Amino acid sequence: MRELSLNVMDIAQNSVRAEASLVKITVEESDKNDLLTITIEDNGCGMSEEQVAQVIDPFFTSRTTRKVGLGVPLFKMSAEQTGGDFEIKSKLGEGTLTKASYVKSHVDMTPLGDINSTVVILIQCNPDIDFVFSRSTDSGSFTLDTRELREVLDGVSLDTPEVLEWIKQFLEEQTQIINGGAHI
Amino acid sequence: MKSLAELQAIRDRAKAGINLRKENPNAARVLVGMATCGIAAGARPVLNAFTEEIAKRGLTEDITVTQTGCIGICQYEPVVEVEIPGEEKVTYVKMTPEKVARVVNDHLVNHNVVTEFTIGANT
Repeated sequence: MRELSLNVMDIAQNSVRAEASLVKITVEESDKNDLLTITIEDNGCGMSEEQVAQVIDPFFTSRTTRKVGLGVPLFKMSAEQTGGDFEIKSKLGEGTLTKASYVKSHVDMTPLGDINSTVVILIQCNPDIDFVFSRSTDSGSFTLDTRELREVLDGVSLDTPEVLEWIKQFLEEQTQIINGGAHI
Repeated sequence: MKSLAELQAIRDRAKAGINLRKENPNAARVLVGMATCGIAAGARPVLNAFTEEIAKRGLTEDITVTQTGCIGICQYEPVVEVEIPGEEKVTYVKMTPEKVARVVNDHLVNHNVVTEFTIGANT
């Protein structure tokens, strides 16, 4: 994957297929600590201990259209190649948590890329699932919670083009602020 | 700054105007393959290009863009399926954002399949 944001989209897809109603994506970045952490947590169907062990194996997949499953192994590799860590925790009936941490300055660090686009597409394609996206840097943080938007929207779908545009611009603004780029 | 008040205004406009459509049963569907293979091959910019092109032409009520999983032809990703009610499903392969405008214009608007982008022409 060329960007970590693509890994995030891929892993979040597993949450969608696990029939999660809530997916939390957290990106914590610190230049001070030379650390980037990505967490994807869902309340989907979860996996047994045995399945968790298998999912790290590229030749395991729960699907039937092909014989390999590279989503989790690629995500794991992206973290470990920077000297970071990877963990996946899951409980049947409760959900799954996937966490990857990266040493930012490492030569094999993949750029985070356009994470906002990932979030917008996830909402656009899964308007019935709730997403909580939080991002933080050394200079600030923000959260987008579709449950709050849903309350305001009162029945108007999240995948309405104008709503998606609002979300996109909101994310852009907030990202700029926590990257120290803009004055309010 | 984007405010919730702005979102409320969008809500009110949506409720006042477009409520009639709800689910348009005749809407065409564009399905972009977004499994690991599709994403790695560049499906995201393709999906974004479809969304933008369709919005630009004011067709958001007639065409929905969504994602699908892997259909087993990973070597041809990014794969896009176009479904128009009453017409045969068409599978486009090795899509790029540059090819999107033609698929929207020729196929979705004018009902002429862009044969050279289909899987039949690329195997």
